[in-house]
Formats: sequence, C-alpha cells, structure tokens
Amino acid sequence: MQDMNPKDVKGEFRELTVQYFDGSKRTILVNDVEVLYPEGRLIVSRTDKDGVITHVNKSFIEMSGYSEQELVGVPHHILRHPDMPPAAFKGLWDTVHSGKRWQGYVKNLRKDGAYYWVYATVVANIRNGEVTGYTSVRRKPSRKKVQECAALYPTLF
Amino acid sequence: MTYQFTVSPDFSPAHIAGWHIFNTWLQKQLSEAIHFEMYDSFDAQRQAINEGKVDLIYANPYDAAMLVRDKGFTALAKPIDKPDEAMVVVNSDSKITTIEELQAGINVAYTDDPDVQMMGMIMLEPADLNTSNITMTPCDSYILVAKQLLQGTCDVGFFLEESFHDLSKMVKQQLRSLVTSQIYIIQHSLLLGPAFAERQDEISQILLSMTNDEKGKGVLESMGIKAWEHLEQEDVEFMIDLMSTLVE
Ligand SMILES: Cc1cc2nc3c(=O)[nH]c(=O)nc-3n(C[C@H](O)[C@H](O)[C@H](O)COP(=O)(O)O)c2cc1C
Repeated sequence: MQDMNPKDVKGEFRELTVQYFDGSKRTILVNDVEVLYPEGRLIVSRTDKDGVITHVNKSFIEMSGYSEQELVGVPHHILRHPDMPPAAFKGLWDTVHSGKRWQGYVKNLRKDGAYYWVYATVVANIRNGEVTGYTSVRRKPSRKKVQECAALYPTLF
Repeated sequence: MTYQFTVSPDFSPAHIAGWHIFNTWLQKQLSEAIHFEMYDSFDAQRQAINEGKVDLIYANPYDAAMLVRDKGFTALAKPIDKPDEAMVVVNSDSKITTIEELQAGINVAYTDDPDVQMMGMIMLEPADLNTSNITMTPCDSYILVAKQLLQGTCDVGFFLEESFHDLSKMVKQQLRSLVTSQIYIIQHSLLLGPAFAERQDEISQILLSMTNDEKGKGVLESMGIKAWEHLEQEDVEFMIDLMSTLVE
C-alpha cells in the first residue's frame, strides 16, 4: 500500500509510521480536521475473507477521499486512524470469526489526513453455508456516543 | 395448478389497477393461471407466505431475507430507478431545522412499511433517539401521517420518498423535509417461489422484453415502473446482507 502523500493533505500535519497486523508498514499523515458524516447516507464496503476491499459505494468514495481504483484490492486498514486502539479491531475480527455481527464506533482516516466518525456494523456474507467475505455498513453516529468513544479509546492502548 | 401472485402491501393506491393488469398480461404471456391476491397488512402477507400460498411476489426489502434464505425464493427482476428512500418530515411551522435538534419524548407518525420505518429510525439515531425514548404513532397511510403533522399531534413523520411526492401540493406546502435517505441499494424486487422456479428463464425473458411493445409499456406505466431490470441472486443476497446490518 502506498504511503500517504503530503500533496494530498491540507494544513499542518503529523507524520507517523504505522505497522499493521499483517506486518506491513505505512507512513501516514494526520491532521486534526473532522469531516462530519453526511445525513441520510450509508457508507458501504465489502471485503474478502482477509479484509481486502472488493466493493465500495459512492458514499464510501466521497467520505474517504480515495478513488475506487485506490480502494478495491487493498486491505481495509487503509482507513485505520492512529487514535483507534488495536483492541477495537481485535474485537471486530474475533466477533465476526465467531459468526456474530459486530457493531462499534470507528474513527477513520481520510486520504487528506482528516478524520470522520462512523457507527459501523460488520456481518459475514454466507453463501451455501460458507463465509465468502464481509460487508460493513456505516451510519451517522450520535455526537454523544462519539464524545464517549473519543474519551474512552485513548485509555485502551 | 393455479399459481399465486402478491405485491408488498405498501403499494401505492394509484397503482392497484396496474398490478391487476400486469397479472392478466403475465397469465396471457405464460398461458398459465395466476391468481392475484392482495393483503392489507404485512402480517397477513407473511402468514400467507408461511402457508405456502405465494409463488410470485413483489417484495418489500425487509421481507427479502425471509423469502430468499428461509423459503427458497429466487431473484427475478427489479424496477429501474426506483430505490426505496425514506424521509423524516416535520410541519413547515416547526422550529426544528436539523435532526440533531430533535429531543427525547417526541411523537413520531409512521406506517407499517417495514423498510421505511427502519430507515426512518436510523436517521433519528444521530439525535440519540430510539424506540425507548420516543412515542411511535402508527398510521394506516401516508396521508394520515401527513395529517398527524398538520394537526400538530405528531412532531415528525416517516415517509417513503415516492409517497411523499404523491401527496397533494397543498399538503406538501405545509410540510418540510429534515432529511431524505440516499441509500440506493434498498429496493423492492420481484422474487419467484420454489413451486414456480422451473419457469424462471421464461418469466425473466417476458419481464425484460416488456418495453419492446406498446402493450407491455402501457402495463409498466400503469404500475408506475419504467422497466424491469434483471436481478442476479447475488444482488439480492447483497441487499439482504446490508439489511441485516441495519435490522435490530
Ligand atoms: C468488512 C470490514 C470493514 C472494515 N472497515 C474498517 C474501517 O472502515 N476502518 C478501519 O480502520 N478498519 C476497518 N476494518 C478492519 C480492518 O480490516 C483492520 O483490522 C483494521 O483497520 C486494523 O488494521 P490491522 O488489523 O491490519 O492492524 C474492517 C474490516 C472488515 C472485515
């Protein structure tokens, strides 16, 4: 996956190197600009069994700032924000692997270094009794829940 | 054997005749007896489905999971450009201008359209509203939802976007939309039951070629549909996965 590009990021930013669960590393650029979730939309993506993106909808493209070509075929951690505790994603994967639906509040990192909060649900896609991949649908979160998570997540590292 | 055809009870009253015409037309094309039955509630229709009394259905997205995954229905077609989108609406005199200004304790008017109700509730979530802190007032039609708002007995109403636009101009002028969903994927679809499955290809052909002749076009128009579009089983499966992330 490509490192983030300073040309894409507006204003001041921090540069960090993150290591993902699969061992790969990426340089990310983060500013503290929040983009509010638009009303009435659902942000939808699908992945294969390993979390590699196979499908995104228009709202996903608009909110993440990446093009469809940049998203399809790369691991979903392309949106991972450094403020998200690893425990949250461990919970996500443990839950879906056990056959259950996962729901949680997620802070996502955009291509332009800004962030957006979502209320996400992940379910397994089961065809003929077998898991073929996962679908995630995000909706607009309540501000109160976002504030609670913004206070809680730093304590989970 | 007479096959049974039914449409989701949330059909627009303006199109009842159209569905009858469609059924007559389909029987002729297939040289097959098909009985058209309308149910006046989702519960009554679900009971008929459970009793095996439905072979062809224009189904609400909410019921697609049950039909496809429990009852073995398969995907036939969907109307072009007709997604189900929901609106959250207030009286035009209301002081509320955004969803986030809505407070616990409000009274919400809604119909029993299950997908609209689901989308409406999701659009209230950003204000921390859910069934435990609001009052839900069921209504028999969208006209009655509008009436509750005009009379001030309810604070907000859930509408199917299409039904909102079908209201009279005079009524619409006294209402204001807070938000309209833009989901695109949730929509009604025509599904075929197992007993009728062997005619799948034939029926599909007939539906897709409806726009090729004047008669077929007239039938579509009377149902308020531009054209049928082929629906893959995976398209319905995807919609069902999506719905399962939203249904409590
Ligand atoms: C369907 C699906 C959707 C996901 N959506 C996101 C997302 O929007 N943002 C995110 O940071 N991680 C998302 N994840 C989790 C990532 O796969 C990954 O676990 C996470 O970003 C942490 O990265 P890492 O596990 O590679 O360290 C999603 C996973 C699945 C299965």
